[in-house]
Amino acid sequence: MQTWSLVSICVLLAIIARWGVSLNSYSGAGKPPMFGDYEAQRHWQEVTYNLPIQEWYFNTTNNDLNYWGLDYPPLTAYHSWICAYIAKTINPEWVELHKSRGYESTQHKLFMRMTVLVADLLIYIPAVVLYCLYLTDGSSKKKVSIMFCFLLYPGLILIDYGHFQYNGVSLGFALWGILALGLGWDVLGSMAFSLALNYKQMELYHALPFFCYLLGKCIKTGLIGRGLFLLVRIGVTVLATFALCWLPFLAEPSQAMQVVRRIFPVARGLFEDKVANTWCSLNTLIKIKSILSGDSQLYLSLACTLLAVLPSCIRLLTKPTFWHFKLALVNSSLAFFLFSFQVHEKSILLAALPACLLLNDLPLMALWFLQASTFSMLPLFLKDGLLVPYIVTSLGFLFFSIYLLSALDHCSEDKLRLGAYNKLFYWLPKMDLAFIVRWKFYISIAAMVGLSIATAVLIPPPHLPDLFPVLVSTTAFLHFLGTFIHFNVVQFSEPPSRKSQKKSN
Amino acid sequence: TETFGISTAQLTPLCSVKNLIQVPTVRSTDFEVHRNWLAITHSLPVSRWYYENTSEWTLDYPPLFAWFELGLSQVARRFDANMLQVENLNYASPATVLFQRLSVIVTDVVFIYAARECCRCVREPKGSRDVLSRPSFVLAVLLLWNFGLLVVDHIHFQYNGFLFGFLLLSVAKHLQSQHLQGALLFAFLLNLKHIYLYVAPAYGVYLLRSYCFAQDNKDGSVRWSSFSPLRLLALGAIVTSVCALSFGPFIAMGQLPQVLSRLFPFKRGLCHAYWAPNIWALYNVLDKSLAVLGVRLKLLEEAELPPASMTGGLVQEFEHSVLPSVTPAVTLVCTLLSILPAVASIWLRPHGAQGFLRCLLLCALGCFMFGWHVHEKAILIAILPLSILAVESREDAGIFLILTTTGHYSLFPLLFTPAELPIKVVLMLMFTIFSFTALRKLHSAQGSLLHPLEVIYLLGLVAVAIACEVVFPLSPWQQRLPFLPLLVTSVYCAMGVCYAFLRLYASLLLRREEKPKQL
Repeated sequence: MQTWSLVSICVLLAIIARWGVSLNSYSGAGKPPMFGDYEAQRHWQEVTYNLPIQEWYFNTTNNDLNYWGLDYPPLTAYHSWICAYIAKTINPEWVELHKSRGYESTQHKLFMRMTVLVADLLIYIPAVVLYCLYLTDGSSKKKVSIMFCFLLYPGLILIDYGHFQYNGVSLGFALWGILALGLGWDVLGSMAFSLALNYKQMELYHALPFFCYLLGKCIKTGLIGRGLFLLVRIGVTVLATFALCWLPFLAEPSQAMQVVRRIFPVARGLFEDKVANTWCSLNTLIKIKSILSGDSQLYLSLACTLLAVLPSCIRLLTKPTFWHFKLALVNSSLAFFLFSFQVHEKSILLAALPACLLLNDLPLMALWFLQASTFSMLPLFLKDGLLVPYIVTSLGFLFFSIYLLSALDHCSEDKLRLGAYNKLFYWLPKMDLAFIVRWKFYISIAAMVGLSIATAVLIPPPHLPDLFPVLVSTTAFLHFLGTFIHFNVVQFSEPPSRKSQKKSN
Repeated sequence: TETFGISTAQLTPLCSVKNLIQVPTVRSTDFEVHRNWLAITHSLPVSRWYYENTSEWTLDYPPLFAWFELGLSQVARRFDANMLQVENLNYASPATVLFQRLSVIVTDVVFIYAARECCRCVREPKGSRDVLSRPSFVLAVLLLWNFGLLVVDHIHFQYNGFLFGFLLLSVAKHLQSQHLQGALLFAFLLNLKHIYLYVAPAYGVYLLRSYCFAQDNKDGSVRWSSFSPLRLLALGAIVTSVCALSFGPFIAMGQLPQVLSRLFPFKRGLCHAYWAPNIWALYNVLDKSLAVLGVRLKLLEEAELPPASMTGGLVQEFEHSVLPSVTPAVTLVCTLLSILPAVASIWLRPHGAQGFLRCLLLCALGCFMFGWHVHEKAILIAILPLSILAVESREDAGIFLILTTTGHYSLFPLLFTPAELPIKVVLMLMFTIFSFTALRKLHSAQGSLLHPLEVIYLLGLVAVAIACEVVFPLSPWQQRLPFLPLLVTSVYCAMGVCYAFLRLYASLLLRREEKPKQL
């Protein structure tokens, strides 16, 4: 069958999955007084539509920053404004200042879900389709399979269409940036990534790899001459994009400073809630939060993050190829996730996006990580009443990626790039590493399934009320740590040769 | 079968996946209907089943289905016992919804098995092709992902997958020349849902002609001497035993008239609230336009006309204003006349099981076109078996595309909430894209599938869709003529369905190249 029909059928299937999840509950449904992220987005529409720009990020009588104050960069605010404009034409009650707080109705839910779908259709899905068609190797059937699995990644669907957020927009822009960089359009890529940064500040997780890749490329083409010219062009583009986005706030320095203060709240602690990163998991053994002071916590996390990120970025700087870029993206975002300050469980999506890019080259590891990332957000899904969509989408994703990508078949040592491990552990007796990896995969999936069932069904003992969230986040943490180490090892070993790539297809 | 193995593996989880996600969608009245039947069969003694009318949704399927509901209710008890109280009208706890949806998904196993059997009957062309272009794979997708079935069963809620499984399995058995099994399955099916009486003539005549008369003459006519009373007896025994199993207790209690009156309620009116796209829809429109024309031209008094009850949305008896009214007897006669040529054709010149399938389709379509109080879901009885023919012959593929697209589009009004709009549009697009491209690829060697005029007609469907779903709700006529989009939909689709009916007839009656087979 022709590629276009296969592609459209897959995209339509992805839309059905998304819309199906939309019909479920959202975060904070029916839970006054604060509700949840859904109400936060609605409130931002209310604020941006009714108040002048100068007041958006400030605490005024009309704008109470304690009730879901704006804490994303200006592009989110503009997007909310556009949605509010449409909302006003349909039903003004949805965005009435003050009176619409906690507004919930089926019509409104439909509208909000529609805005997410439209944003996805315009930004995220085209980027995925183009990436899979132009930047992956293999037959057209393989490309479509990868695209299908990419689009079916449960974590993003459940967060955007269940919990309710607009991650598709920021991840979509980042993906456009990656796509442009892969096709050699560096300036456009940097513009797209700047847009992503201006939509959600968490995209900073991806910033270092972009920087190192572009810098490395400029250095390679010669720092005197074309390289310098490229560097200047990129710099100018980035600055111009930022200036354009922040234009209304650049009139007064106090405005810009307030925005920065809102999007980087450093007054909070090392971690909030149960997250699958180092600090939270370490906290179960040693109570870090109480041992160290606030400042030293900040410095510790900064130091660890830098240490974790540097090897990968320096390697990218010295070898700025697209393959290293993809790996560096995963490594950098994972490093930030594992060691950074005030990390939310949803930030794992920033590591999941680059992992999706690796579905073609390292299918087993990528899908393993993606499954673990969805699993890590299970407590959040349970809180939002999204258990059935979680089960269905996870099983669907697992099934399709294993079947369509033949992940378990291409399991030789060569394919998994385990050669480096052999060199590292040369003193250990020679084992069939591929066999071990496959069994680790089965055991891990079984563990995730078991823990999911336990968390959903069992009641924890009264003296350990957080038993299951802690177990979930610790298991996920172990997976993430393992993935982090593995992808670092892969980045430092030889890149795939053209011949072995052709054979695998 | 190995192809089918792959496709089942790929497709079934997709189906179930999607369906489970949709558990929280808006439920239709059919949901309450089945819950009520679960309650009736579980809580009341058998003698009261067909007399019970606490709820308006009385038991109007044959007894075997009631036994089936009884079996289901035993499982339902573990989910939520409250749904089994007859007084709990419109009871819909999350556990109830989950149970009902799961029951549909589980009983779909019958349909999947039937689809597999049908795929085994399809001839594979020589030469290896990639999986996606093999006829059996295409058939599997056309059956398992049939838009109509997905919408009616999993969103709207019915057990059609289960029932169609029996029909397709019976057809497959006949195609594989296992006629007794086919007859048994059809007997079961008739006792589960009596709408399949539509296709009973095809079965009756075919089995009598091609099974009871074991051999034909050289020129294809009946060889009276080869009549086998044993075979007739076997068929009779099968049918009567199944009917005894289902109706037995009720005959013993003398409740047969009551049961029959529940099964065949003729008071319901010529057309459903939303007109099925059949001849009577065209007839109604003709009548209405003549009435309007008559009033304009001062030939009729407006006061003499009966009030606008046909488009009023209620199911009741009504009369036509200009053209003669239609009674159940008239529809019966028209139906019989319409299927007579088809039935006669397989008696006089049987073409084996393929001819039987064609006759089955024509009976289904004929009854759909001319029947009394036909529901638009009945179009699926014609669409699903036609898929088998579509993957084998180019002409049938063309007819299939027209019938399917119009038939499926006519199901759109079943889902009318804004939440379901994206789902039905996307599912329809998916099925249409797949059926067009896959069938075109299968028959690419033999020329194009559709005539340009047919393509224009189908594109017109898109225009109708946009007009009804998007433009109309925002226009000023929304208040005054709320049933206008339904009317337009059913009339436009009726034209397509009539055309497909005539073309299928032509393909049956003009077939000369196939020799009658020996059994």
